[in-house]
Amino acid sequence: MTAKIAYDEVEVGTELPAQSFPVTRATLVRYAGASGDFNPIHWNEKFAKEVGLPDVIAHGMFTMAEAIRVVTDWTGDPAAVVEYGVRFTKPVVVPNDGRGAVVEVSAKVAAKLDDRRVRVDLLAMSAGQKVLGMSRAVVQLG
Amino acid sequence: MALDQSFVGRTYPPTPPYEVGREKIREFAEAIGDANPAYTDQEAAKALGHPDVVAPPTFVFSITFKAAGQVIEDPQLGLDYSRVVHGDQKFAYTRPVRAGDRLSVTTTIEAVKSLAGNDILDIRGEVHDEAGEHVVTAWTKIVSRAPEEA
Repeated sequence: MTAKIAYDEVEVGTELPAQSFPVTRATLVRYAGASGDFNPIHWNEKFAKEVGLPDVIAHGMFTMAEAIRVVTDWTGDPAAVVEYGVRFTKPVVVPNDGRGAVVEVSAKVAAKLDDRRVRVDLLAMSAGQKVLGMSRAVVQLG
Repeated sequence: MALDQSFVGRTYPPTPPYEVGREKIREFAEAIGDANPAYTDQEAAKALGHPDVVAPPTFVFSITFKAAGQVIEDPQLGLDYSRVVHGDQKFAYTRPVRAGDRLSVTTTIEAVKSLAGNDILDIRGEVHDEAGEHVVTAWTKIVSRAPEEA
């Protein structure tokens, strides 16, 4: 593993470059196919509304996959992520309006750990709401 | 109805091996819009010290969630799947998943709780490769929401 970020160069509070990830209905159909999760709440508006959702929602695992890109883009090596956990607090609602939704992710180093590891806390927002809670990664740095 | 506490600690038989393919990793990386070359370019992956392309950190969920189906669909447990939502998800890696891996999942029910009419299930999936080496542990919390009052 060769993370391009050196442990000695980061401090508690170091911010990772924030990113915004667009998500449309087409994105969700593609993710459904790639992940094998064909739950209709992610592509069928009629079904989603019947079960009490405001509209089609993104797969929680899609949002989780996007959020960690802030970390993997930072380290270069995806294998630098040795632990990653989230709580799904709010759904990302994806309207069929040609624009869809945006997931905005920011992250900062919350703690320096042993063995040249750090804990990174992530914040994922969509439409002004926090969509992932307790979102944390343990990252092996160089 | 509250779920049966006696299911805590129940372990299901290991799943048949899932073979991780390079093109499946590529498809997943494209679906999440991630152009990191470690997912698609063997040389780039080797330059990072990996024997082959690696999978994004959440890729393995497709495999562990399928394995967790043994629990979710266990008729003895009697979970109402139509009311299930994903609560939490966590992964702890010994090494990344990579192309060529043949992965087997052993699923255990870690906890069963009932809270305000919701059934909450903590499921742990231990993922091993063909040599029996640990690759990743996945913890999945699922919540079966209480039916609304009539």
